[in-house]
Order: sequence, then structure tokens, then C-alpha cells
Amino acid sequence: MPEVPEGNPPNATPETAAASAPAAPAAPAVAAKPAPVPWQSTLVDGLRAAFGENIRDAATYAGQNFLVVDASAAHAVLAQLKDSCGYTSLTDLTAVHYPKDERPFELVWIVYNMQTSERIRVKARYAEGEMAQSATDLWLGANWPEREVFDLFGVRFAGHPDLRRILMPEDWTGHPLRKDYAPTLQDQAWVQKNLGIESGQ
Amino acid sequence: MSDERFRDSQLSDSQFYDSLEEVAPGHTFMDSKEIVLNMGPQHPSTHGVLQVVLKLDGEKVNGLECIIGYLHRGIEKIAENRTWAQFGPFVDRLDYTAAVSNSLGYCLTVEKLLAAEVPKRAQYLRVILTELCRLASHQVWLGTHVLDIGAVTPLFYAFRDREMILNVFEKYCGARLTTHAFRIGGCRWDAYPDMAREVLHICDDLGPKIDEYRDLITGNRIWLQRTKGVGYISPEDCIAYAITGPVLRGSGIRWDVRKAQPYSSYEDFDFDIPIGKNGDTFDRYLVRLEEMRQSIRIIRQALEGLPEGPVIAKLPKVLKPPAGEVYYSIEAPKGELGYFMVSDGTQQPYRVRVRPPSFINLQALEKMAVGSLVADVVAIIGTLDIVLGEVDR
Repeated sequence: MPEVPEGNPPNATPETAAASAPAAPAAPAVAAKPAPVPWQSTLVDGLRAAFGENIRDAATYAGQNFLVVDASAAHAVLAQLKDSCGYTSLTDLTAVHYPKDERPFELVWIVYNMQTSERIRVKARYAEGEMAQSATDLWLGANWPEREVFDLFGVRFAGHPDLRRILMPEDWTGHPLRKDYAPTLQDQAWVQKNLGIESGQ
Repeated sequence: MSDERFRDSQLSDSQFYDSLEEVAPGHTFMDSKEIVLNMGPQHPSTHGVLQVVLKLDGEKVNGLECIIGYLHRGIEKIAENRTWAQFGPFVDRLDYTAAVSNSLGYCLTVEKLLAAEVPKRAQYLRVILTELCRLASHQVWLGTHVLDIGAVTPLFYAFRDREMILNVFEKYCGARLTTHAFRIGGCRWDAYPDMAREVLHICDDLGPKIDEYRDLITGNRIWLQRTKGVGYISPEDCIAYAITGPVLRGSGIRWDVRKAQPYSSYEDFDFDIPIGKNGDTFDRYLVRLEEMRQSIRIIRQALEGLPEGPVIAKLPKVLKPPAGEVYYSIEAPKGELGYFMVSDGTQQPYRVRVRPPSFINLQALEKMAVGSLVADVVAIIGTLDIVLGEVDR
């Protein structure tokens, strides 16, 4: 990632801020809130020209760039980043669950440009039960991360060749990384049937 | 591969043989052209609880599927129920042969969220310990990989020398394997009085030892036949699978996080990124051996330039990183180890995602092994250098 705005005063910790500028609010965390700043570049302009309103936001936080895109355009944006912008490598795909939101699942693709050493996070929100489009046609390596997201969050991917659970047992019920899945929760029936014990807890 | 095979396994033996009889009357199980062989999860050469289901025609591998998750401990879920500092020791259990690297990646990412500045001395200490850890991890790889292929002796050489490094870890932080060497903001301890001398001694000692490994292994005819041209992967496939680390470099792509996005003062040091030409098991072996030499170079420079000063930044006792998210990665011995973290401004992480190099690299096993022989599968698992603690998390 381009390490440009590293060490901005708003990003400083309470301690360093207090040491350098006594006027700065020393109250922890909430007071000194660094905000994402808009990310302007020819790449973003190009994407905005191609996808218009579907590019919801382009911002930089802590020196790292990210795009917020509409779920319907996520695959097309990734394809364009890969094919015309040099972001040839999909470093990672993961998800974050925000249960209170209307579209609770945020998928995060991290794409990487090996020539310029730049990284972009592409984020899109999905509703419960909404299918995301698989990126396995773009990157072979998207296969397992997508299976993992399906396994642990329950987000399905359309066009995935083999969408099965990967870390949890195949007949487990529930998706453990959802926020409403309590840490001690387990598939009691599965545990009793397969492990022959009353409870794993 | 379909789910059919797993449904078959629900059948009793007699039912299973009856079902075969229906398909091919008069034939026995052994007559079928392809057989399905389960390798693991308890198998000495799968380096942990990896299960590989092989579809075999004689000795030729026609299909392969990895079944993982046997060591899934829900580390990412645990993170959401611990404070930022409490989760520190858990990451050591990811790649347990390179606990120091995991710790470094975790601390750097949280520091990025906090925008905390780590003292220079701590950065250098971190580099010394992480490079020692890379040496130790490569020694485990070398010993076990060569053992899998049939050479027993190098294992003892590698583990004998790894012992010296583990002794340094033990003296530094009290633990040999799951070290929890670093804290958010720096290091918990300064170097112990004799550390510089002992580490320098390891550097002096290990150079000739690596030559010894080379003399034992490189020219060996059996070794050459078992590794040359085995487990080939093209540079294009490496990128398609997002493979990183020595496997990527073995295919001839000169890319290393330490150079591409330097962290913890790596830009201060002068070192080379060795690459291979042919993308086979032999080249990856050479790459890792050369990496060990480069690690020694880095350690020497870090020892020489080790600045004075504090080893930990002054941070609040209760860490509450401002709400936001970052992705940060380091070059672990196995490849790019990344952490994606989301903070909601509270004491506990909202989400911690580990991008484990082993998990991503293991995905390519199918590509590398289909078409080769059963015995090569063992070699290819060894050359991928996976650790199941990291694959399954």
C-alpha cells in the first residue's frame, strides 16, 4: 500500500498527541477519531466513469485505500481492476457481520498490484440470503476463501464450482463467525451423534 | 469431486460391495481402474491433521482433494471475545513452528490501527528474533521434508541446530515454541545481557552448517530424482492462486513483503531475495536454503546497528483503537501472513481475520499433484511447507 499519510497528527495515539501538542484532546480513542479521507486518483475516476453510482465511496484510511461498491457491481469492478488496472492478485477475501444493519454482511476483497505494490480493499454489502457472485472465474485462488466465507458466515456465491463447508463439518448447522452465534454455542445434535459425548462445552 | 463418495461411506461394508456388484457384475473391488485412497488425517507425512483424498489409477494421481478443518479452533471467533492484548498469545498457535512471526504480524497490525510508533530498538530486536524464527522454521521444513522423501540424517542435523535458536528464545522470553515474544507497542523485554554474543555465535556457526545441509542433500542422486521436475507450478498459476513465500519465489517471481512493503525497519537492511527458475520442488529447496543465508545476513546487520533506547512505546493500559479497519501483512517463513482487523472503538476487536499463507498455498496442491505419482504427493506437501494450525486456525 502507498504509505503516504503515515503518522498524521489525527492518527496519533493519545500519548504522542499529548506529548507533542498539549492542546490536543488526551481523552482516549473516541475523542481523537481519525476519519477516512476521500481517495482521489485516476483509477477511481476511471472506475466512476465506468460504474457511476455503483462506486459508493472511495477513501483512504491509515494510508490504505478502499472502495465501497454496490453488491450488484462488485464482480464487474473486480474484473476491471484485474484486467485493466494491474491488480492481478487476490490476496484475500473475507467477510464482516454487522447484524443490526439492513444488509448485514460486508464482503471484503483485498486485491494487490504486484508491479506497483499497491493494495485495494473492495467492499460490498449483502443482505441475508443474498447471493454474491463468485470470483473463481477471475482467480482460481478465490475458491477456498469463498468456501470459508460460506462456511463461517453463510453467504452463498453464485457460480462457485464446489460450494461446501471447508473448516466446519459438512453437516454442521449454523455459521460460527456470525455475531449472533454465541462463543459457546454448538450444534448439540452433531456433537452427540458424532463424538458420542453429551456436550463439547 | 462430488459428494457421492461420502454418501458411500455411510454404507456398511457389505452394502458397499453389493453396490459395486450392481455396477460391474462379476468384478471385484480390485478390478476397478480407479481407487480412492485416503491419506491422513493421521499420516506422518501430511505434517499434521491434513486429509488428502486421492483418486488413483495404479500409482498415478488422477484426482485429489484436501479435507481440512480437523484443527479448527475458531481462533478468529476467540478474538472477538478477548481484548486486543489478550488475543496476543493466541496467534502463536497459528503457525506454531514460527510463533514469533505470527506475533509480529499481529502486533504490527494493531499498532497500525492505533497509529502507534514503535521505538527503533524494538523494531531491530523484532527483526533479529523474527529472522531467527525464520531460520528455525526453515530447519523444521528441511528436516521433515527430507525425511518424508527418505533421508533420515538431515533431520537430526536440522533439529540439532534449531536447538540453539530455541535456546535463545527461551532465554529471551521463557518459552521455546509458543513464545508470545512481542507486545503491542514493542517488545516486553530488552535483549538479555549475553544475547548479542550468543546470536552472533549462531550466525557464525550456522553458515557452515547450511553448507553441511547442502553437501548432504543437494548432490544426492535420490534427492535429485525425487525433487527435480516434481510439483511444478507456473508463475501464472502462482499469481492466480495468490501463492506467496518461497513457493512463489521458486517459480521465479522476485516478490517478498519485506522488500515490497517494508515493515519494522526492513528497509534499513541489505539482503537479496533468492528466486528459482523451474518452479519445482528442487528450486524451492534451493530458495529456502538461500533464504536462510540471507536471514543470517539480516541478523548480523541488525545486531550491528542495534540502537539504544526504550523497547516499548508508551500506550494506555487499556487499548481502545479508534474505529476503523486495516490490513497489514508481513513475510512469514511460509509466505504472506496478513491480518485484517476491524475495530469499533471498544476494548475488543470487532473482527480479526488472519490471512494464513499455508491455507492459500495449500489450495494449489491439487494443481501441483494431479498427474504425478503418489510418492510425489508426499514431496509436494513437504515443499509447500504447510502448518495445519495455520490452515485450520
